Amino acid sequence: MAFLQQFALLLALLIIFSTSCKTAMLEVDSAEVGLNYSLKSSAIENISTSTNDSTGGHGSSTITTLPIVIWKWHHVETPYLVALWILTCWLCKLVAELNHNITSVIPESGLLIMMGFILGGIVWGADKAQTFKLIPVNFFYYLLPQIVLDASYCMPNKLFFSNLGAILVHAVIGTCWNAGTVGIALWGCYEGGAMGNLNIGLLQFLLFGALMSAVDPVAVIAVFEEVHVNEVLYILVFGESLLNDGVTVVLYNVFDAFVSLGGPKINAAEIIKGIISFFVVSFGGSFLGVVFAVLISMLTRVTKNVQVIEAGFIIVLGYLSYLTAEMLSLSAILSITFCGVCCQKYITANMDEKSVTTLRYVLKVMANGSETMIFVFLGLSAIDQNIWVWNTGFILLTILFIVIFRFMGVFFLNWLLNQSRLIPIDLTDQFVMGYGGLRGAVAYGLAASLDEKKIPEKNLMLGTTLIVVYFTVILQGITMKPLVQWLKVKKATKSDLTLNGKMNNRVFEHVLTAMEDICGRMGDNWWTRHWNYFEDKYVCWLLMTSDARKHKDPIFGVFHKLNLEDAKKYVNEGESKGSLAFIRNYDNASVDFKKQLALEYADIMPDIMNDMSEYDFGIDNVPVTSVMKNPLPSVSLNVHELDRKSMLNDLSAHHLLDQHLYKSRRDNRPTYSRSHYNTSENPDEMQEIFQRTMRSRLESFKSAKMGVNPAKKLSKHPKKDSTHKPNGKPADPHRTHPYGDEDFEFSADSASSSEIAGHFPRRNTNAPGAGVDNPTANNMAVAPSQTAQGRLPWTPTNLRHLAPLRMSTRSTDSFAMADASVDDEAPEEKSGSHHTRL
Amino acid sequence: MGSTSSTLLKIPNVEVLMQETGFSPAHIIRLHDRFKALDKEGRGHLCPQDFGAIKELAMNPIGDRIIGAFFSPGKETVDFHTFVKILAHFRPVDKDRPKEPNSPEPINSRSNKLKFAFQLYDQDKDGKISRDELLKVLRSMLGMQVTEEQLESIADRTIQEADLDRDEAISFEEFRKSLEKVNIDHKMSIRFLR
Repeated sequence: MAFLQQFALLLALLIIFSTSCKTAMLEVDSAEVGLNYSLKSSAIENISTSTNDSTGGHGSSTITTLPIVIWKWHHVETPYLVALWILTCWLCKLVAELNHNITSVIPESGLLIMMGFILGGIVWGADKAQTFKLIPVNFFYYLLPQIVLDASYCMPNKLFFSNLGAILVHAVIGTCWNAGTVGIALWGCYEGGAMGNLNIGLLQFLLFGALMSAVDPVAVIAVFEEVHVNEVLYILVFGESLLNDGVTVVLYNVFDAFVSLGGPKINAAEIIKGIISFFVVSFGGSFLGVVFAVLISMLTRVTKNVQVIEAGFIIVLGYLSYLTAEMLSLSAILSITFCGVCCQKYITANMDEKSVTTLRYVLKVMANGSETMIFVFLGLSAIDQNIWVWNTGFILLTILFIVIFRFMGVFFLNWLLNQSRLIPIDLTDQFVMGYGGLRGAVAYGLAASLDEKKIPEKNLMLGTTLIVVYFTVILQGITMKPLVQWLKVKKATKSDLTLNGKMNNRVFEHVLTAMEDICGRMGDNWWTRHWNYFEDKYVCWLLMTSDARKHKDPIFGVFHKLNLEDAKKYVNEGESKGSLAFIRNYDNASVDFKKQLALEYADIMPDIMNDMSEYDFGIDNVPVTSVMKNPLPSVSLNVHELDRKSMLNDLSAHHLLDQHLYKSRRDNRPTYSRSHYNTSENPDEMQEIFQRTMRSRLESFKSAKMGVNPAKKLSKHPKKDSTHKPNGKPADPHRTHPYGDEDFEFSADSASSSEIAGHFPRRNTNAPGAGVDNPTANNMAVAPSQTAQGRLPWTPTNLRHLAPLRMSTRSTDSFAMADASVDDEAPEEKSGSHHTRL
Repeated sequence: MGSTSSTLLKIPNVEVLMQETGFSPAHIIRLHDRFKALDKEGRGHLCPQDFGAIKELAMNPIGDRIIGAFFSPGKETVDFHTFVKILAHFRPVDKDRPKEPNSPEPINSRSNKLKFAFQLYDQDKDGKISRDELLKVLRSMLGMQVTEEQLESIADRTIQEADLDRDEAISFEEFRKSLEKVNIDHKMSIRFLR
């Protein structure tokens, strides 16, 4: 089956591909060979199409009779080709990802390049020339920006800034070192006669060295994301490759200017100008990025009313920061990088959570999409006899030198950095850093934009660049994973998000700054703290909405996230059983529980069993559950029977819903709106839901007070329970319930909620009637009683996460259910809560 | 060098101190200078007021607790030895130093660093972080940003995360477990004490 599927996909790919080839061939007849067709094709193409326009699409002016349909290929040709190529490339990715056995050996980027070879071969076979290739304009203006924006926007901010020094050292000094040494060494070899007769001078070699020193973030991310190295190593490699691109482009421009100036005219003044220009361009670019980041952040303060396009602003402004930098001849890559890194925190706080998610996904789609295209086109460009000028010495020496000097640079700079680093970078990490110097599309783009008039050997350089790219991406990419394993490089430890971790981090920070104060020295923490202070006082005031400012505390943020996670988990748990309807099955579940407990613990704790029967009685007294009383025998291993049961439950649920649901729910207004998401709540409904929830909560209090622990099905999470580790993080069912209030708090539209929330009881494990104490403390099958106790009385409360978040309409239904026959009033609730608190 | 050794000589038992803390003579001298600067009246020991005079420390939300950590219970003063020993908690762990099998655990070991952090919470020294103690720390750190209710539920949740024996409090063992994945050596070390 799998084979068939792959085959079908390949077939589809080929069909689509041949379509785009054929369409291209139509064009080739009229256009000269070697025309650069490419994605989002440029002006050249438009000119060539316009020559055909007179006969093609615009022929309609001389018609004699009304045509019903006409063939208007030339109207759509360019966008059509672009779209087809995008589709083709993405299908390539699809094919590449089909078999995970392959992708685990060969990185995806390598596979895509190979696909590019195949596609290029087909094109070449059809046209006898390479009609499509990656031209630098398209690459730098349409493909690269979104990748850099995505990379910088998703950059782990804190890690990046705390390692910024090391990253900058590697990106700036390392790059200059690579460019200089590779250029000079190649020149030396050339002078020594290792390459035969070439028309290249020292300056050209330096220019070549500069473009070869671009460590490509696209290739690096593609490879490193699969190996999961530790985060410091990751940020060093990744940050370096990102900033290094900016630096490379600047270096390239400087050398390019030198080359066009010509050797004799270069004197000390020009060199100094070159150095100044280097710093102005890179720092200017970074500064421009920060300016745009400020603009974006300020803009997102006021985009509340146009939430739909909120995310678009960031993309457009980010792109503008790139173009503006390009316009001012500053470093565009650095500009968009810093724009993304700096605005990230503020826009995440300012924008609605939905927009944040949207932005993240849109960026990912765009970045991954163009990344795919870049790799495919890198492969495709190789199939072209025009660019291949073979010079074994030159090619081999280039490969040798970039590897050697990369390692030398990395080791030396790391040694330097380690003198003052708190946690030194160890040797294996350094090795991986050196090995991770993958060259990619940036180098190719720069090589392709060399000017043939100034550099006669352009094609040799282009070809060499391509070979280096293939060598690093494919060979080093393939060997990276085994190498990382073999060297036992520290892998990323997946740390869970915990409040403890976050809170203690904060404490540690405070302690460290305090110690520095006591020692009277200005250390790293001094800077951190003063920046934080400054940020708190001015930056946030300027860039954040007042609402976001209130909630920006990281501890609080973690708390919020954890609650969201719980809510999701809750829904998933429910849905894995069919629906959240299980909440209504308290009673039979508890019988279930009792019976199971009986089997397990009957001999140990007879008296508890007695208690349990009382509890059962209690449950029946609780109106909530008695409404839903299940007539079928409770313990049943038969799946179908269970199904039937749940159907019955559903039926009764519908009945209840019919009776009790708030009216407005029924008259559904048209749900589609162009500019708003469909969140069809109205204040009345909210109020109603709120009141009902309150009542149902009261009900749960009552049950808790009476010591009733309507247990849920025991085996609800068998896996979880069995993995109940000593540190018991995930298996802790307790952690949901008391906090139900909090989420509700944020969005509570009723003033009374805060008052009530304050009295919401804490865990009452020790309450006398609160159920069975864990009989075997260390037992793995842990405390079914606790599990049950933790979950059940609070189910309605748990659900209330979902209410304000609108994650499921089901949840609100069950509120209604829960208080079906309750008509108590809110004031009573407080007293109830006081009791439980005891 | 002459001044170095003469300053060192003025400190009693300096050899023992260096042995225990692992500080180099340069560090000891620097700390000694700082100690003297803090000790404005030249009594040879520091009072809480001396610490309170450090301006930045007054801004630190948990500054009081940190100052408190310098004073062992019942004592009103701290002498130079204790001062250095407390600061030695924050010396980065040196990996190069060969580990002598029967030497006592160094002050800057992971668990000692954790113990220091733990006692910042555990003000009543009963070996447990109770809910109230946690709440106080949280309140001083989070300040005005959250309401009291939110604070309470954050505290509850934090305790639940760590609380393994369900006694509504975090013992040191639980504290250590909850921070198992955190790189304490990194987070509780100061670079210039290396």
